[in-house]
Formats: sequence, structure tokens, C-alpha cells
Amino acid sequence: MSTGSSLTPPPAVSARRGRLALGDRVFAASARGAGLLILLALAGVFVFLLIQGIPGLSVDPKEYGQGFETFWQYVGPLLFGTIFISLLALIVAVPFALAVALFISHYAPRRLATPVAYVIDLLAAVPSVVFGLWGGRALSQALKPVINWLGDYLNWIPLFKGPASPNGQTALTAALVLGVMILPIITAISREVFAQTPRLNEEAAIGLGATRWEVIRLAVLPYAKSGVIAGIMLGLGRALGETMAVTMVYSSSPKYMLNIIGDTSPQTIAANIANNYAEASADKQHVLIAAGLVLFAFTFVVNFIARWAIGRGERKLAR
Amino acid sequence: MAKSIDVQDLDIFYGDFKAVEGVSMTIKAKSVTAFIGPSGCGKSTFLRSLNRMHEVIPGARVEGKVMVDGMSLYDPIVDPVEVRRRIGMVFQRPNPFPTMSIYENVLAGNRLNNKRMPKSEADDVVEKSLRGANLWNEVKDRLGKPGMGLSGGQQQRLCIARAIAVEPEVLLMDEPCSALDPISTAAVEDLIHDLKSSYTIVIVTHNMQQAARVSDDTGFFNLKAAGKPGHLVEFNPTKQMFTNPDSPDTEAYISGRFG
Amino acid sequence: MNAVAVAPSTLAHPRLPRWAPLVVAVAALAVGALLGLILGWGPVAIVLLSGLLYVVALPAWSRVLEGRRAATDRLMTNLVWGAFAVVCVPLLWLLWNVVQKGAPHVTVHFLTTSMRGVFGSMEGGILHAIQGTVIVTLAATVIAVPIGLMTAIYLIEYGRGSRLAKVITFLVDVMTGIPSIVAGLFALSLLVLFFGPAFRAGIGGAIALALLMTPTVVRSAEEMLRLVPSDLREASFALGVPKWRTILKVVMPTAIGGIVTGVVLAISRVIGETAPLLVTAGYNDSMNGNLFSGRMTTLPVYIFNQYKTPGAVPLGAHAADPPGYARAWAAALVLIVIVMILNLIARIIGKIFAPKTGR
Ligand SMILES: Nc1ncnc2c1ncn2[C@@H]1O[C@H](COP(=O)(O)OP(=O)(O)O)[C@@H](O)[C@H]1O
Ligand SMILES: [Mg+2]
Repeated sequence: MSTGSSLTPPPAVSARRGRLALGDRVFAASARGAGLLILLALAGVFVFLLIQGIPGLSVDPKEYGQGFETFWQYVGPLLFGTIFISLLALIVAVPFALAVALFISHYAPRRLATPVAYVIDLLAAVPSVVFGLWGGRALSQALKPVINWLGDYLNWIPLFKGPASPNGQTALTAALVLGVMILPIITAISREVFAQTPRLNEEAAIGLGATRWEVIRLAVLPYAKSGVIAGIMLGLGRALGETMAVTMVYSSSPKYMLNIIGDTSPQTIAANIANNYAEASADKQHVLIAAGLVLFAFTFVVNFIARWAIGRGERKLAR
Repeated sequence: MAKSIDVQDLDIFYGDFKAVEGVSMTIKAKSVTAFIGPSGCGKSTFLRSLNRMHEVIPGARVEGKVMVDGMSLYDPIVDPVEVRRRIGMVFQRPNPFPTMSIYENVLAGNRLNNKRMPKSEADDVVEKSLRGANLWNEVKDRLGKPGMGLSGGQQQRLCIARAIAVEPEVLLMDEPCSALDPISTAAVEDLIHDLKSSYTIVIVTHNMQQAARVSDDTGFFNLKAAGKPGHLVEFNPTKQMFTNPDSPDTEAYISGRFG
Repeated sequence: MNAVAVAPSTLAHPRLPRWAPLVVAVAALAVGALLGLILGWGPVAIVLLSGLLYVVALPAWSRVLEGRRAATDRLMTNLVWGAFAVVCVPLLWLLWNVVQKGAPHVTVHFLTTSMRGVFGSMEGGILHAIQGTVIVTLAATVIAVPIGLMTAIYLIEYGRGSRLAKVITFLVDVMTGIPSIVAGLFALSLLVLFFGPAFRAGIGGAIALALLMTPTVVRSAEEMLRLVPSDLREASFALGVPKWRTILKVVMPTAIGGIVTGVVLAISRVIGETAPLLVTAGYNDSMNGNLFSGRMTTLPVYIFNQYKTPGAVPLGAHAADPPGYARAWAAALVLIVIVMILNLIARIIGKIFAPKTGR
């Protein structure tokens, strides 16, 4: 390797430049190669899932189980379950996530804001299997009276039709756990956009005699809208793909139903895969991979929209 | 109703740092009072303490009295939100709300107190305020367009319209022309002149000629030394200040023999 | 402009006294406790009820005395603080559970034996799972870091503004959102294609984790490289140093602290992954040091497995939990401690190497 001294006398230049240019070319090419490899990997995810998944569309119907005839009959209730549970998790998480983001950006005293932000990041660092364990063993125990109460008094709402599960391990429990898990994502992004609102506009609102909440309504929320939506979409993406918290917390079956406090509730794609991969035959494996492909495609679209919304927000601010 | 402001021995702090020390003055109703002085001497800080905008900054506080109507602004029973509604503010850089139309910008303050203002009344307020801010003729055909689409001078006048739409008693302006071109500056100066008949106006300016042109009284702030708190050197009718100041420091500053 | 409308000419609005929140809090607690005692509720319900009472009672008082706007403001303030308090609950509760249920079982024996030949109430351990976690995570790091780092270098130093760079940036963002189980299925399809449907090995898990890790590495490295001032590069170019050496000798050393922090954080993210390992590396009771052959257990999969098949309650010890649950909690404690230590290390490295901006 040449030592590349700074001032090379002209005669040596040509020979030297050849070598240096080679070094540069190799390095540049490998950097570019790494970037291309990432594109390739992402394409590879699609391609390999396709190769292994497509045979799953046309296997012996008994592999789909539950009397389903086709792959789509089988994956339909799973997709429903995935979206259903994820939306429940969003309903739990969004109000709290936004409130905590506002707390960090606008309400907490300075000295408190940084540690709180750190604690929320900590929540994001807890592995999902630990959330699953906690949801299945601790939260479910504590929720038993709540679930019984819902089953007794609110059973006219389809969600709480019951009969209430005696062990507390229900889809409601899972939705709460999922909500806690996706909260840090939504909080992190919202808190960033809340903090980025221009000080000038906040001062304008304060100068007009706005209360703190009115300042937020006038000068913070309108400005942060697209960022917040993007954060929610990312949270949704996370919830759609989450496996352990759902698999470990409640027992499920691939059915269209709304009851979330019963013994069995709608199954998600991820839980279906995790429950069946172990004793799967080669054919069943194809089916599971095909289901995974559906999940991937769906989360891809959700994340795509989220990123697009973030980009649009940034472009709007740049104007 | 325009109000006068009595300031008695005011000290202003950012945390432990004392930014302004021992200011006393009487700002007369229905007149224009200008503050001049070198950068960093605490003009903005003092101005913001007149409508309790100062305390919005974490750790910021004041000691002393600011009396309006015989009532101390910093009395615990006084609501800072109400103070800011009564004593409006226009900032150095125009800051219309970017997501709102011109129309909505003017009404932003009014909507806080009166959510369901009838359309006709709202239209009246918008027209009156925009006329008051000398902007009506320029924007009357595009009230629904975003406020950010206006030129800098127009934006600043929009901000003035927004501030006077809530009918404050005092209007504070912190270098309102420093981000504007000369033509817009002249427009804002004319406007200040017109507004004087109904409002008490306090304006911070870097431009001595501007102070001489628009104000009735002038206060000169200065620093004793870097890192020391700013203080009020002299407060006098503008005419006297610019012809025959009490303090040699004022004279030096005004005649440009400064620093 | 003529006559400004008549406003109430005093600034002295009626306001709640400074001690109002305290009084309302005490009252809410008293009412909550009383109601709770009468209805025979537990302490949790009492605290919840009191909190709720406080959140609405203070604004209600304010509504009467101070008016609608102040009341709304107080309500929102209460809601925001309340939401924060509520969010703290699951975190503290979870950590408390893990420590309380896990700590008694984390013994030297637990850390130094595997589950080989363990049945019934015999005390097994997690050594094999720790071994598997270390091997799989290291392998994933070895795959992901060079690719991620070189990609970041490409994005910042070479590809700025090019279409390829934009596409990569966008897809890296999208990749952050790949569900972990899909990453596992991808690795599984890859292996199955070459080695047949029954193939399970640690390498599959490593590939899946690398896929999950790469975007994090790219993003953090990209951010760090962007922080390196361009004067530094130009100064080096001016000395006639070629670009690649400038990057290696000038740019990288400046950014290295942040890059290492990012890598450690990425590791701490994937070390807790379960689903992708479940489908690729499987479960195994014994030690297995071979990445390329045989099932390999990692800590998260161990936790999942003990949870799913906790075993029977030992005879005689009635009403006790099955032994698997205790092992799961203990392993969860070990896992959380590992993750927290990694986070701490990342933070410390970040602090030490923080760019010294003279501000
Ligand atoms: N937000 C702040 N925090 C701390 N110190 C400040 C802040 N704003 C201004 N200061 C300090 O207060 C002093 C007066 O500043 P300012 O009122 O802005 O001066 P002027 O408007 O006359 O140029 C300066 O020393 C400035 O550094
Ligand atoms: Mg200033």
C-alpha cells in the first residue's frame, strides 16, 4: 500500500496515479456494491418468499385446515385478525403516545423531559418475548376482573360478547400489550415533529393571549399533522408484524369474529405462522411462507405510505 | 381603551443572569414610545416583560412592578393569558400561522374567546383589522389564500392586523421593520402613525431615524460593560432626546460616536 | 379606527388559588377511598378512581371560576400528565415482575448448565441459550456491519443526490419496517431451497437478524458521517490524499464513536428477537457451537419454549407454578439485563466520542 505522501514530484505522478485511482475505484465500487446488495437483499426477500410461497397457493386443501378450500379462504380471516388486533392496539396506543409526546415536548419541566424520553426509549428496548411473557402471565391475571365485568355488563357490544375467558388470556389483553409495544415508536416520531414547530409561531400564539393548550392547537398540531400520521402508520406497521406478544397472550383461531374477551379470538398471520411452523410438513411450510408474503406485502404498503407521508411533510416544511 | 404603563424599578432575569436592571418609566397612553440602544442591552427583554411574554422562557423571572390601570401585571391574581390578550405584540420577523388563510390568521386571536362568531361579525372584524393595518386593498380579493404567500412587508402588516383584531389596549413591537425593505418599512411607519390615535404603542428599533420619525417619547438603554445588566440611561420626549439629551452617553449614541 | 370595544377593565380575573390542585387532589383521594371502601374495591381501583376524579374535578372548579378556556387548558394539562403516569405503569410493572419472579432463580447453576437431560422439577439452565444468542448475534453483526457501513459510505461520500442513493435511502427506510417473522421466513426459504425443508441451523437466524440489523446500521452510520465537517475532507484532499484513504483515515475516525454506538444499539435491538429464530434456528436442549449445523437455541426462544411447555407442577408442592414459568422469568431477567447493558454501553461510547463542538 502506498503511503501517499502529500507533495509528489511530477515524474512519479503518472505511475502513482494509476495505483491510487485503482484504490479509489475499488473502494468506490465496493461501497456502491454494498448499496446494491441491500437492494438485492430486499428484492431477495420478495423473490425467495415468492419461490417458496407460490407452491403454497395450490396445495392439498387439507393443509389449509378448518375446511378451507383455497389459500385465500384460509388467509382471509388471518388478514382480518391481523388488521383487527392491530387497529385495537392503535386505539389503545395513539392517545397515550401523543399525550406523552406532548408531555415531553411542551408540558414536562426541562429537568424531567430528558429522563422521560429516555424511559420511553427503554420501553422500546424491552424484547417482545418479555412483553409476551408479561402479558400472558401477569397482565392477564390482573385483567380477569375487568374482563368479567365487561362480559357481564357490556356484552351487548359485539367486542365484549363473551363468554368471558376465565384465565384473562384474551385478544383484549394482547391488544393492550401491543399498544404498549408500539407506543414508543409513535411517541418518538411525534415528539420530534412537535419539537420542530417554529418557535416564532408559538410566540405569535402566546402573544395573542393563547393558553398553553391553545398554543398547541394553533401552532403545534396543524404543523405536526403529517408527521404524526406517519408515526401512527409506522406504529401500525410494527403491530401488524408483531408475533410473540400475540402468540403468547391469547389462543386464537382463523375465524372472522369480533369478540375479544372470549376463550378464542381471531388469529393473526404472524401468530398462525408461529403456531404451525414446528410440525409443518413441506407443503404446509409453503402455505405458511405464502401467508408471510401476504403479511409482508401488506406491511410494505403501510410503511410505504408512512414514509411517503414523512417525506411530504418534510417537503412542505422546506417550502 | 388605550392604557398607560407605569414601570417601577424593574429587574429582569434569565435564571441567575440579570439581563436588565432598575428600569423605571411611565409609558403614556395613546402615544408612541420608542426604545433604542445597542444590541444585547435588553430592549427586547424589557419589552417582553411588559406583557408577560418573558416568563415563557424556562427560568426567566422579573422583580419590581409593572402597573397598568393601577394593577400590577405580576400580581398573583392576574392571569398572564389575559395580560397578553390586552397587551398585544408584533415580532421582529413576521410570523403568520403557516397552515391558515389570511382570513383565518386575522381571526386567530378572536376565535380563542369566541369560537362561534357569526360570519357577518367575523367578516367585519377581518375587514376592520386589515384596513387598520393598511392591508385591506392589497388582499381583499384573496382572503382565502395562505398568509405565507404574502410578501414580507405584507406578512408583517398581516401580523399587525392579527394583533389589533383582538382590540388590545397596548401594542408592543419588537423591531417590526428590521426584516423589511424600505417601502414596506414606510408602510408600517405610516400605520404606526395611524394607530396612535387608538392604541398605546411601544416600539423597539435599531434605526434612530425611525425612532425620531414615529415616536413621542424615547428611552435609551445601554450596557455598562459586557456581561453587566442593561439599564435605562435616559427617558425623555423624542424631540428633546434628539436635540438636547440629558446624558452625554445618549448624545454619543445618537450622533453615532458610539463603540 | 374608532372606539375600541369595551372590555372588562380590570386585569384581575378570578383565578384558582395556588393551592387548588393540592386541595382537589386530597379531596379526590378521600372521596375515592371512601367510595372504594364502601364498595369493597382494591387499592388499584381506588387510585384509578381518585386519579379520574382529580382529572375532572379541577377543570370543573376552574370552569365555574375561571371560564371555559382556562378549564380546557387545565383539563388538557391534567390529561397529558395523567397519560404520562399511566404509561409509566406497564413499564414499572413489567420490570418489577421480571425482577421479582426472575431474580430468585438466577443462580450460578442456572447460568452454567444447559437443559440437557432436564425433566420434571430438575433445575435446568440457560448456558446453551446464552451460547446460541452470542453466536447468532455475532454472526449477524459480522454480516450486517460491513454491508451497512459501506452502504452508508456510499450514500454520503459517493452517491449524494444520485437516483440510486435516493432509492437505497428509501428502501432502507422501508426495510426498517419488515416484520421480523417475515425476515425469518426469508432466511428459511433461502435455506430450504438449498438444504431441504427440514434444515434448521443458527446461520438461518443470523441471516434473518442481519436483515433486521442492516437498516439500523445504515441509518446511524449515515447520520454520523453526515456530521463530519466537509472542511476536514477538503483539507485532506488538498494534501493530495486520495478519496478512499481520506474516508478511511480522516472521515471514519472522526465518526467512529457514533458509528459504534449505532452498531451496539442495533445489536441490542435484534438480540431480543424471537420469531425469526423460532422458524430458522429452532429449539434444542443441548449446547451447540456449530452455526452451520443443528438446531440452536437463543435466549428469547428459550423463554418462549419454557412458556409454551412449562412442564407439570411438581408433586407435593401444591399451587406452585410449573417450573417452566420460573425459568422463563429468570431468562427474561437475564435477557433484559443484557439489553440494558448494551444500551448503557452504547450511551457511554456515545458520550466519550461525542463530537466536541465548541459551543
Ligand atoms: N432566552 C434567553 N436566555 C438567556 N439569556 C438571554 C435570552 N434572551 C436574551 N438573553 C440575554 O439577555 C440580554 C439582553 O438581550 P435582548 O433583550 O435580546 O437585547 P436586545 O433586544 O436589546 O438586543 C443579552 O445579554 C442576551 O444574551
Ligand atoms: Mg432584540
